Amino acid sequence: MHNFLDFEKPIAELEGKIEELRHLSDDGEINIADEVEKLQGKVDRLLRQTYGKLSAWQKTQVARHPDRPHFQHYISALFEDFTPMAGDRLFGEDHAIVGGLGRFRGYSVMVIGHEKGADLNSRVKHNFGMARPEGYRKAQRLMRMAERFGLPVITLVDTAGAYPGIGAEERGQAEAIARSIEVCLNVEVPLLSVIIGEGGSGGAIALAAANRVYMLEHSIYSVISPEGCASILWRSGEQAQEAAEALRLTAQDLLRLGVIDDIIPEPLGGAHRAAKMTIKGVGDKLEAGLRELVRDNGLQLKQARRQKFLDMGQKGLG
Amino acid sequence: MNWITNYVRPKIRALVQKPEVPDNLWEKCSSCGQMIFHRELENNLRVCPHCGYHMRIPARRRLELLFDDAKFKVIELPEVVHDPLKFRDRKRYSERLRDAQAKNGADEAIVVAHGEIGGKPTVIAVFNFAFMGGSMGITVGEGLLAAARLAVMQEATLIVIPASGGARMQEGILSLMQMPRSVVAVEMVKDAGLPYIVVLTDPTTGGVSASFAMLGDIALSEPGATIGFAGKRVIEETIRESLPEGFQSAEYLLEHGMVDMVVRRGELRDTLVTIISLLRDRTPVAEVVPLGEGKKGAARKAEPAVEIPPAPQTGKAAGNGEDKSAAKAPAKAAADDGAEAPAKLGEGDAPRK
Repeated sequence: MHNFLDFEKPIAELEGKIEELRHLSDDGEINIADEVEKLQGKVDRLLRQTYGKLSAWQKTQVARHPDRPHFQHYISALFEDFTPMAGDRLFGEDHAIVGGLGRFRGYSVMVIGHEKGADLNSRVKHNFGMARPEGYRKAQRLMRMAERFGLPVITLVDTAGAYPGIGAEERGQAEAIARSIEVCLNVEVPLLSVIIGEGGSGGAIALAAANRVYMLEHSIYSVISPEGCASILWRSGEQAQEAAEALRLTAQDLLRLGVIDDIIPEPLGGAHRAAKMTIKGVGDKLEAGLRELVRDNGLQLKQARRQKFLDMGQKGLG
Repeated sequence: MNWITNYVRPKIRALVQKPEVPDNLWEKCSSCGQMIFHRELENNLRVCPHCGYHMRIPARRRLELLFDDAKFKVIELPEVVHDPLKFRDRKRYSERLRDAQAKNGADEAIVVAHGEIGGKPTVIAVFNFAFMGGSMGITVGEGLLAAARLAVMQEATLIVIPASGGARMQEGILSLMQMPRSVVAVEMVKDAGLPYIVVLTDPTTGGVSASFAMLGDIALSEPGATIGFAGKRVIEETIRESLPEGFQSAEYLLEHGMVDMVVRRGELRDTLVTIISLLRDRTPVAEVVPLGEGKKGAARKAEPAVEIPPAPQTGKAAGNGEDKSAAKAPAKAAADDGAEAPAKLGEGDAPRK
């Protein structure tokens, strides 16, 4: 059973009907194939219409969809021999950021990303993908290790943001993020990032100061959540929809602003309807990017990465 | 306009030596509530004489307090896209920007200046909290990059003094991108073997604390400054409990190992003079070199040690070797005529890839 978003109601109704018909045909001999096909066509049309013109707020909801593929799904589908690494060697282990070695389409790589968790227990374990300083320091450690062995780094970003808590502040959340950005900008190996769901502010950029930054079609990437922005600028969280529009947090806007390198299309109706296809699309894009980057030497990679960020912000949306 | 507001006007002011008399002759300390006579407050560098509370001070005042003889040259900030998103909340961002400019008599939330501290070339980038909460947008990011390039060109120490709530939301993702961009600025200075010192002032939070502000070779802070990543209200709402006394204060950061020292405003300049001297005068001055004749050091004796040897080429900086000599010539020129320096800050002067 799908989790349906508010704006998907008409789709949900149609899919419910199809489900019912299928159920009927299982019991009896009546051939309803034609009817199902017709309804399915309707669903597809509706999906195409709806997903072809999602608003920024709707995309925010899609990006946060609980059925959307998470880090662990990408790991099991794209990375063979994934060997997770734990701990920052300073304080502790943070499950909000998962990382380790793995083999990606023949390349041995370091893969790091946020994991939000899939059910109540795992969400608590992964702290809903909101990392503490330990998480960012583990990421730094793994990126440096990758550099030592000349392994490319792939990061998958999916976080509402860094965790705001007493312990996190005590242990230097700001420093951990700053240093993580610094390590991203310094490593002399290819660094590729994909925003697979939510790219939440500092918690996201800490892993995404990369040679290539891709976004899934309906993912979002923003300096602040629409809710947070609304509560500060509109003094009411209820204006989140408006804030989402104003922030220009969609992949399409970010590509126009020159902040990301490319958009990875999602299957009809969003990643949560076809995880496998989505993950394959991400894999293909990463492979293509990686093949380009492995041609350059370490110094070139580092300098090109820095230059890319220096060049950013020269143009607005006009 | 810029030249007039940034250069001529302060000069004239300095000459006339008569700061504008504020409407309100008495100011209330926001910490202890005592009334303080404005002149006493100014003489005390806007530190409450009763409780030691450090009030915020304007960027320019900060520069006057730190540079030798209060002498410095402000550089013009690079021209960038304003309002890239055509952002509008209850009010247009372009209007908010204009209002802030009119209110502050400044173009943006950052001022970049160069001069000397303890006789050593120094570039300071200082934030003006009164300008939209010192928030970091594209111009501020460009200002930090310009400061870093100038420091590299002049072989100067870079000091950054943030006073900022964080990223400038109205510039959306492009404000977030100033985090990596400002870190690139820091790396330029570090790669050139030059000191990067941060003086954290009230407040330093959000995207500003989580980027260049936490990467200083040396991190100083003013007493009582709020420094942290997440806002207090956000944390309280998340954990649903109230925060401990002194949470995210400079002293709290010192205790938790995040800053090197907490320095009172009145002692800040002397502290910086000492640190810069320790980092940059690395050999004894000529007359105290206690080496006898005929020893290895004899040849060095003639050479005044004040002449700083070029920064050692660390492995990482090696790639910049040939550029450094090229950059040296304009640096000399800039020292003679600082006003010309900004003109040389074109893209061509960015550290080469």
